Amino acid sequence: MILDLFSLLAIAAGGFFFLAGTVGLLRFPDPLTRLHALTKADNLGLGLVVLGLLPRVDWPQGGLKLIVVWLLVLLTGATVGQLVARVAQRPGPRP
Amino acid sequence: MPRRAAPAMADLLLAAACFVLVMVALGLVRILRGPTVADRIMAAQLLGTGGIATLLLIGAATGMPAAVDVALALALLAAFASAALAYGTEGPDDPGATDRG
Repeated sequence: MILDLFSLLAIAAGGFFFLAGTVGLLRFPDPLTRLHALTKADNLGLGLVVLGLLPRVDWPQGGLKLIVVWLLVLLTGATVGQLVARVAQRPGPRP
Repeated sequence: MPRRAAPAMADLLLAAACFVLVMVALGLVRILRGPTVADRIMAAQLLGTGGIATLLLIGAATGMPAAVDVALALALLAAFASAALAYGTEGPDDPGATDRG
């Protein structure tokens, strides 16, 4: 029961970060601020969803797999953040 | 392997999955509006992450262990897609393009 409540709270917080990421992606004025909003949704949103699901899976096989998914997304987020920032900072309009 | 959740809990997990999916789908408006390539890459990246979260939630709700494997594959593909998009937009006029491999 307590674990269910914990799951729901963490997943709701993760959903809130996805909401914040989408709102930021749509409303922020320039690409670098949008990148800021996106990385929050990536790392924290998925991280909180994974945290909420952890008590609901078997340990260690299922839990470790969930954590590996999250770590892969963290690595991706860091790499793509750098690449996108380079693309965004290139001078000149590139539609 | 995720256990099958109790019915009420499964409904809540599925509702959360739908919420995340709708949020990510709304983010796709950014691909339509642009204006730069970076914005479009970011929306695609958000779609990948949201898809992973949706798959994990569905897997936990229905007790399907394979959903986590699909999420793992999607994480890998989203990484390659975003990196390829970022590199693919670099034209030959970019002086730094060659020393970043």
